[in-house]
Amino acid sequence: MAKHATPLLDQLESGPWPSFVSDMKQQAEVRAKNAENIEFQIPQDVVEDLLGILELSFADGTTHWKHGGIVGVFGYGGGVIGRYCDQPDNFPGVAHFHTMRVAQPGAKFYKTDYLRQLCDLWDFRGSGITNMHGSTGDIILLGTTTPQLEEIFYELTHNMNQDLGGSGSNLRTPADCIGMARCEYACYDTNALCYHLTQEYQDELHRPAFPYKFKFKFDGCPNGCVASIARADMSFIGTWKDNIKIDQEAVQAYIGGEFAPNANDHNGRDWGPFDIQKEVIDLCPTDCMWMEGNQLKIEDKECTRCMHCINVMPRALKIGDDRGLSILVGAKAPILDGAQMGSLLVPFVKAEDPYDEIKEVIEAIWDWWMEEGKNRERLGELMKRQGFQKLLKVTGIEPTAHHVQEPRTNPYIFWNEDEVEGGWDRDIDEYRKHHQR
Amino acid sequence: MEYEEAKTAIVETLTKKSKSKSKFYFNDLAKIMGMKPRLAKKIVNQLVQDGVLEYWSSGSTSMYGLPGVGKQAAAEHED
Ligand code: HEM
Ligand code: HEM
Ligand code: SF4
Ligand code: SF4
Repeated sequence: MAKHATPLLDQLESGPWPSFVSDMKQQAEVRAKNAENIEFQIPQDVVEDLLGILELSFADGTTHWKHGGIVGVFGYGGGVIGRYCDQPDNFPGVAHFHTMRVAQPGAKFYKTDYLRQLCDLWDFRGSGITNMHGSTGDIILLGTTTPQLEEIFYELTHNMNQDLGGSGSNLRTPADCIGMARCEYACYDTNALCYHLTQEYQDELHRPAFPYKFKFKFDGCPNGCVASIARADMSFIGTWKDNIKIDQEAVQAYIGGEFAPNANDHNGRDWGPFDIQKEVIDLCPTDCMWMEGNQLKIEDKECTRCMHCINVMPRALKIGDDRGLSILVGAKAPILDGAQMGSLLVPFVKAEDPYDEIKEVIEAIWDWWMEEGKNRERLGELMKRQGFQKLLKVTGIEPTAHHVQEPRTNPYIFWNEDEVEGGWDRDIDEYRKHHQR
Repeated sequence: MEYEEAKTAIVETLTKKSKSKSKFYFNDLAKIMGMKPRLAKKIVNQLVQDGVLEYWSSGSTSMYGLPGVGKQAAAEHED
């Protein structure tokens, strides 16, 4: 028998999709039975009270959570998100229900014994409810009490070789695609760069001094498996400068039906024979591909590295050899001013340890944003407010055609005096020689 | 500004304002010290380490305050 009746939540289980309500009920039951004889360090009925308070919110149409608080582990300004409910008498199990953000391993590689260790720890000292993974990429451990925080932190750092992630006005836990570890499209080692910058910027990750959150994400190629272009204040997207490598024999094998397109991803249905014209050439966004007899041609100068042709014919087309990454900046999800995608700042940079060129750009941006950014203003908003030109100036990057998003719609150009030869001063006597009053 | 001088300035200013405001943005602190953010951060870190300041976080935004001042009330705009 459930502790609280939850008719409104029960209704959520009636749809065709999996329901978090069912998951929570299951977890409530597991804790009630406690078959493993765990010495629960937080209330055994935490999940029941969580269901109860959510039901109450549905019934009276208002939240019963306060937002934020003074919780954390010593010396850290992030990683713990304090949550307290405003009905502690009726729902004592969730009087405190803090979230811990734990840094996920690079590209989310896990061993099962590690996952087991993590879940054992969380069953013992938390609610047992996890979110794998949060929108930042972290392992999210949902629901514990204040006295447990240091205990969990000790266990994570001393016995699991693990650290808390970022929250608040911090560098958030950097997140990367699986990259070279598994993927032949990777133009740089995302795991290496992500790890390097995570170590380099520990202070920024754990001690908040930014105007607001700041995110790094690393995509090995423009396929963007971590969607860095939409989700990170700084996106590092793999690319190449030279030409796509074409194996003409393999192209013929695709045309002849020997190789299945898209690595056989569409085999659930008969789509008819592969048509290179329709499925590749006509879909190239820059119109830079064509057949010459039985040779596939690409005008690489026009190619924007959209990855479409390579994704369709991976055995025939390969990324180029002169590889590195592009840096885009300013993406964010809406809070103040609507969603925004990243803008290209650095068209190409090599990604080689110790990544000095990349760190120069990062630090120049932080100096600018920390000084000029308003409280709760994301980098993308500062860029809009002060202009992309200002960003180029503070990063010392020369404007190039790559920075142009669309042709100019404003016919006027405003010059600063230092940009004009001779400045604004003129010799009036010299002028009067040629111009009467 | 040196550590002790900064500490005095911050504690004084925050105490004076504590009736109306208990939580401050990092930039407020940098302004009190009249320092560039990156340098100010070293001192603010130390002040937290020494228990002169404490963190407050909504989960998305972080602020600083004197320990024990305001507590949850600050989050509810009740003070
Ligand atoms: C109307 C109410 C709420 C609003 C407007 C809200 C807003 C937000 C925002 C903006 C974030 C993103 C923070 C960031 O990464 O910078 C966030 C994350 C989070 N919030 Fe809330 N929140 C609300 C209620 C709650 C409640 C009731 C809880 C739990 C009791 C909660 C738990 C969390 C957690 C665990 C995260 C981190 C999720 C992740 O990283 O994927 N929130 N919330
Ligand atoms: C570099 C030189 C010049 C600049 C930057 C310039 C700039 C402008 C601007 C900003 C306007 C206002 C447009 C509007 O808001 O509708 C304007 C209007 C006008 N300019 Fe110029 N101008 C220049 C040279 C000249 C010259 C040499 C003449 C004539 C000999 C001239 C004649 C006019 C006239 C008649 C208008 C009014 C047009 C209308 O309202 O239809 N301008 N100009
Ligand atoms: S972003 Fe590119 S390199 Fe990274 S996993 Fe996806 S396809 Fe592979
Ligand atoms: S990667 Fe995209 S833009 Fe480049 S040739 Fe292939 S389809 Fe065209």
